[in-house]
Amino acid sequence: MSVLASAKGNVPLLEARDISASYGHVQALKPTSLHIAEGELVTILGPNGAGKTTLMRALTRLTASKGNVFFRGEEITGLSTPRLARRGIVMVQEGRGLFPQMTVRENLVIGAYLHPAETDTQMASAFELFPRLKERLDQSAGSLSGGEQQMLAIGRALMAKPQLLMLDEPSLGLAPRVASEILGTLRELNRRGIGILLVEQKAPLALKLAQRVYVIALGKIVAELKTDEIKSHHDLARYYLH
Amino acid sequence: MTSHVTTSIEPSGIRWQSILPIVAVLALAGLGLVSSDYIVTVLGFAFIYAIFCTGLNFFMGYTGQASFGQSAFAAIGGYGSAILCTDYGWEPLLALLATMVLSGIAAVLVGYPTLRLRGHYLAMATFALGLIVYEITIEWTALTQGYMGYSGIPPLGIAGFALDTLKHQLVALVVLSLIGVGIAARLRQSRFGRALASIAGSESAAQALGVDIARYKLIAFVIAALYASAAGSLFAHFVGFISPEIYGTTMVIQSFAMLYLGGIGTMWGPMIGAIIVSILPEALRGLKEMQDIAYTAVLIFILIFAPRGLAGLSVLFRRAHGRVQEKA
Repeated sequence: MSVLASAKGNVPLLEARDISASYGHVQALKPTSLHIAEGELVTILGPNGAGKTTLMRALTRLTASKGNVFFRGEEITGLSTPRLARRGIVMVQEGRGLFPQMTVRENLVIGAYLHPAETDTQMASAFELFPRLKERLDQSAGSLSGGEQQMLAIGRALMAKPQLLMLDEPSLGLAPRVASEILGTLRELNRRGIGILLVEQKAPLALKLAQRVYVIALGKIVAELKTDEIKSHHDLARYYLH
Repeated sequence: MTSHVTTSIEPSGIRWQSILPIVAVLALAGLGLVSSDYIVTVLGFAFIYAIFCTGLNFFMGYTGQASFGQSAFAAIGGYGSAILCTDYGWEPLLALLATMVLSGIAAVLVGYPTLRLRGHYLAMATFALGLIVYEITIEWTALTQGYMGYSGIPPLGIAGFALDTLKHQLVALVVLSLIGVGIAARLRQSRFGRALASIAGSESAAQALGVDIARYKLIAFVIAALYASAAGSLFAHFVGFISPEIYGTTMVIQSFAMLYLGGIGTMWGPMIGAIIVSILPEALRGLKEMQDIAYTAVLIFILIFAPRGLAGLSVLFRRAHGRVQEKA
């Protein structure tokens, strides 16, 4: 068990210590630490280019990284992205990462790649959350509206039975009402016990959902707050709440 | 809550889309059997290329990778069969299977480091592989007899029964190519095939869902090599003679034309492309000096009006049919 987890008295779902990542000679993510408790919804806020996406990609090993990562107290540093998915760490990427030529059904079935025997039950669960996907089953993913595509991206991630779901800008390019609807479903997923790490530009929406927030700037986490504490930080409140 | 959702990707049951191409292939083969040996030879080449392209489709169509070097595995198959049968007296079928194993091993050894590359870099590395094997077939004369080539390769045979007429061999090639398409179709619809398709869609998304993309790319590369090797061996047994040019760059270019014309990533596209590209020049032979121009014009015409290949047209027809039914 890691030192930080022991000090807190319980084992976090995910804990990263001094994680960093570089693109060539440019260090996009400086050594930084964070943790997510079981069943917690945490959001990461920060301006464009602050390193939010790099942090998510470093945590899921889509980008090579340094530092140590623990999942439920067990070190998972260096595990490949597919191995992390086996542990239940699943990421919905910025831009959704759908397979546009495939149908909605095919996308969902591939989502259950690690749990083929549970495809039907997982699909039913995804439809409970996003009934519209059921109506679009045989439509190609590329022909869906932006909101439906995001529903499919999250629905497909659910097929992989995540314990920790990481979402990178899920509301990107969506109308405010659709964005609000999509982000609202994250609350439901969180109620189901799934830990969520959310990177989101629409800070007021994200802060309504999250229990805790990390603020990242220039490739480093500069603040960690409970969501209601952000109001007392005038600079942050002015920047993210208005 | 209960929900009854069919999760299989392809609807179950036999559909006309599956039956029609088989009937068409059998009809074409039947036509060949009552034609001259010249026509039989052209059709034989078409079905050999169909096997080659069906394998290539695994790597390029289903998995979305680029390989300009599959001719190397066809050369291993062809020369392996030639050497084993003429110098060591092996049964052709046994030689074909043995060279497939050899090609599979070679594909693992070459693919493991090479498939770390992506896009143009992978294309260049595989192209280099094709060129290296081509040079070996020319320079290693003690093994390959260089430009002289290998002659006297026996025809394919099964259990002591040699297929010693061209028409017998055509039947065998048709059966083998249909088996090849059948295996490819079954694999494509499996969990393995879906994993390959996810790699073609988005490598990072596939990884995030648990797909080990390095492993699957390698398996797809090996499958393509097995098909290529079988095609190379079948060519040697069908013609009875091989030389380095047969497995050179022309083979790569021709197989690409077949794959894109027929419909890359589709089940029947490689077969359709192989048949059209093989038969078309012969059909246009009467145009004499205009033959090449007419051939190119037809290929360009098809690619303009069927950019997803001829097999891709069936998808458009199905969609149009669906829209008509919806309106009704």
